[in-house]
Amino acid sequence: MSLRVENLTVYYQTLKGDVRALERATFSIADGEIMGLAGESGCGKTTLGHSLVRLAPPMRFVEGRVTLDGEELPIWDTERMNDFRFKKISIIPQYAMNAMNPTRKIGRMAAELLRSRRVDFRAKLPELRSRLDLVNLSHDVLNMYPIELSGGMKQRMVMVLSTLLNPSLLIADEITSALDVSSQKAVAEMLVAFRDQGCCKSVMVITHDISILYQIADTILIMYAGQLAEKAATATIIHSPRHPYTRLLISSLPKVGVKQSERRLTGIPGSPPLLLDPPIGCRFRERCPVAFDRCTEVPPFTEIDRDHFVACWKAFEEHARA
Amino acid sequence: MLELEGISKVYRVGTFGGKELHAVSNVSFDIEDGEVVSLIGESGSGKTTIGKMILRLTPITSGMIRFNGVDISTLKGAALKKYCCDVQGVFQDPFCSYNPIFKADRIFGIVRHEFFPGLTGAQWSAKVEGALRAVGLNPPDVLNKFPHQLSGGQLQRFLIARALLLDIKLLVADEIISMLDASTRMDVLNLLADLKPRGLSILFITHDLSLGYYISERAVILYRGCVVEMGSTEKIYSNPLHPYTRLLMASVPRLDKKWEEVEAGLRVRAAGLPGGCVYYDRCPITDQAGCCDSRRPALVEAESGHLVACSQVTGQ
Repeated sequence: MSLRVENLTVYYQTLKGDVRALERATFSIADGEIMGLAGESGCGKTTLGHSLVRLAPPMRFVEGRVTLDGEELPIWDTERMNDFRFKKISIIPQYAMNAMNPTRKIGRMAAELLRSRRVDFRAKLPELRSRLDLVNLSHDVLNMYPIELSGGMKQRMVMVLSTLLNPSLLIADEITSALDVSSQKAVAEMLVAFRDQGCCKSVMVITHDISILYQIADTILIMYAGQLAEKAATATIIHSPRHPYTRLLISSLPKVGVKQSERRLTGIPGSPPLLLDPPIGCRFRERCPVAFDRCTEVPPFTEIDRDHFVACWKAFEEHARA
Repeated sequence: MLELEGISKVYRVGTFGGKELHAVSNVSFDIEDGEVVSLIGESGSGKTTIGKMILRLTPITSGMIRFNGVDISTLKGAALKKYCCDVQGVFQDPFCSYNPIFKADRIFGIVRHEFFPGLTGAQWSAKVEGALRAVGLNPPDVLNKFPHQLSGGQLQRFLIARALLLDIKLLVADEIISMLDASTRMDVLNLLADLKPRGLSILFITHDLSLGYYISERAVILYRGCVVEMGSTEKIYSNPLHPYTRLLMASVPRLDKKWEEVEAGLRVRAAGLPGGCVYYDRCPITDQAGCCDSRRPALVEAESGHLVACSQVTGQ
């Protein structure tokens, strides 16, 4: 059990009160697992990813426990997290295009980064070179400034830097969304290669693009409005989802070979609730086509099949009947 | 209706403009009345530049764009204004298309000031409400709000409504749904398709092939400013011929096939090797989504004492 998150609740502090961006998240990621985290914008997926790395204001830790490889992570304490960051848990940020220092040559920046973690750059250099080969970058990039690289190259360079110390958990936050399809595929496949080569033990891929997850992820976790909705193996989520939100989300995805004149796809009517004062009970209730009285209570995130977790009263009923 | 004839765009780049960048070179295609044409390419392929040239936001280096037979680069004054009434664009980022310090309906006010100074207040608000309803918005919910109070999907519909106010003939839709969430994407896309019966032509610029296939009749595939493949969407999708189109097809993340399967299928087709059914190339009843091209069917007994090797007949 590589990562275990229990009851993690994180709010954003604003002048109007707390924004409940993440409530009672409980899940785990196994060793070598690539977990996809998907949902609409504003559903809290980036909050979840960032809270595991750097929980800084306006984010506020409310409750919860995070253990990585049996060790508890002090995520509420930014200072103490320094010992874990980059070594045990690392992130490829959403804005990887601008993540590198523009005034430093990349090699020098890597050296400074390693020195800050008291690691000898020279000893790591062969490793760094082999990682560059892994992502198809020439060794010359170490002598270049970030501005000399294209978007896809920068993305790959940041991937190499983030995984240099072989972290247990790598969080990849929307790393493919700014790229076009061919580089998307290359970057996604490299992520799998990193896992296979042991550069990182498990990966959490945050994205809104479920079709990318279908290609690379082992399991998918769907979030809605700050709450976990469903987690299961990739094939189960795509082919037999249980939560009504997952069903609607998947049916609204465009597919190759579907024409508007032949088969009309529809989106999900309505919009996600504001999390400043979220509705009580299941937060998907207002948009849900199968909502009923029971939905005013918050459904627990329960395992209904082996490794298949759902938070929906209707799904529980269906499961009990089946 | 709109014809592009050998248009090119050269940007001057480098410190003193000493270098040339050929963003678009010698591109020709046309758009008929009520037709949706998708322009597909990766970033840097010049698709947005073509859209901007059609909208006259950037001058053409060489070539000619004709709208109903008139060269648009010669338009001036009243004729240009008429052209703007006919051709409008909607762009990728709905949040950047608005001035954040003004209310979102200001975009309608500008249209009124510029094109309909004669209308009374009541006539104008009826027109705005009609346009908003046409894009599936409820006017009281969205009028009189600031851009940050509306969602991305609502803002994007606002922009389409603004274009509809002018009774346009051609809409240049430049990546209009790539910034939107999966749940609202399809609604905006359906909205575009529903505008077709009004006689509206759409140039749908995208990098997502599945969206292009969903909405358009014809597709133009661009690579580094050149057209590499063009034709009816179905034909291009079912039988991509250019290696680049094939690469694009293989890279699209899809929900029905994994990348390896798609690649395997294409490799078979590219090499012309009968990795699948040996009769695949000439067979009139191959199954596009099926396995005829990837798996060789085994000899199966169809009726007693009668064997056949065809997965279509045996249903395996």
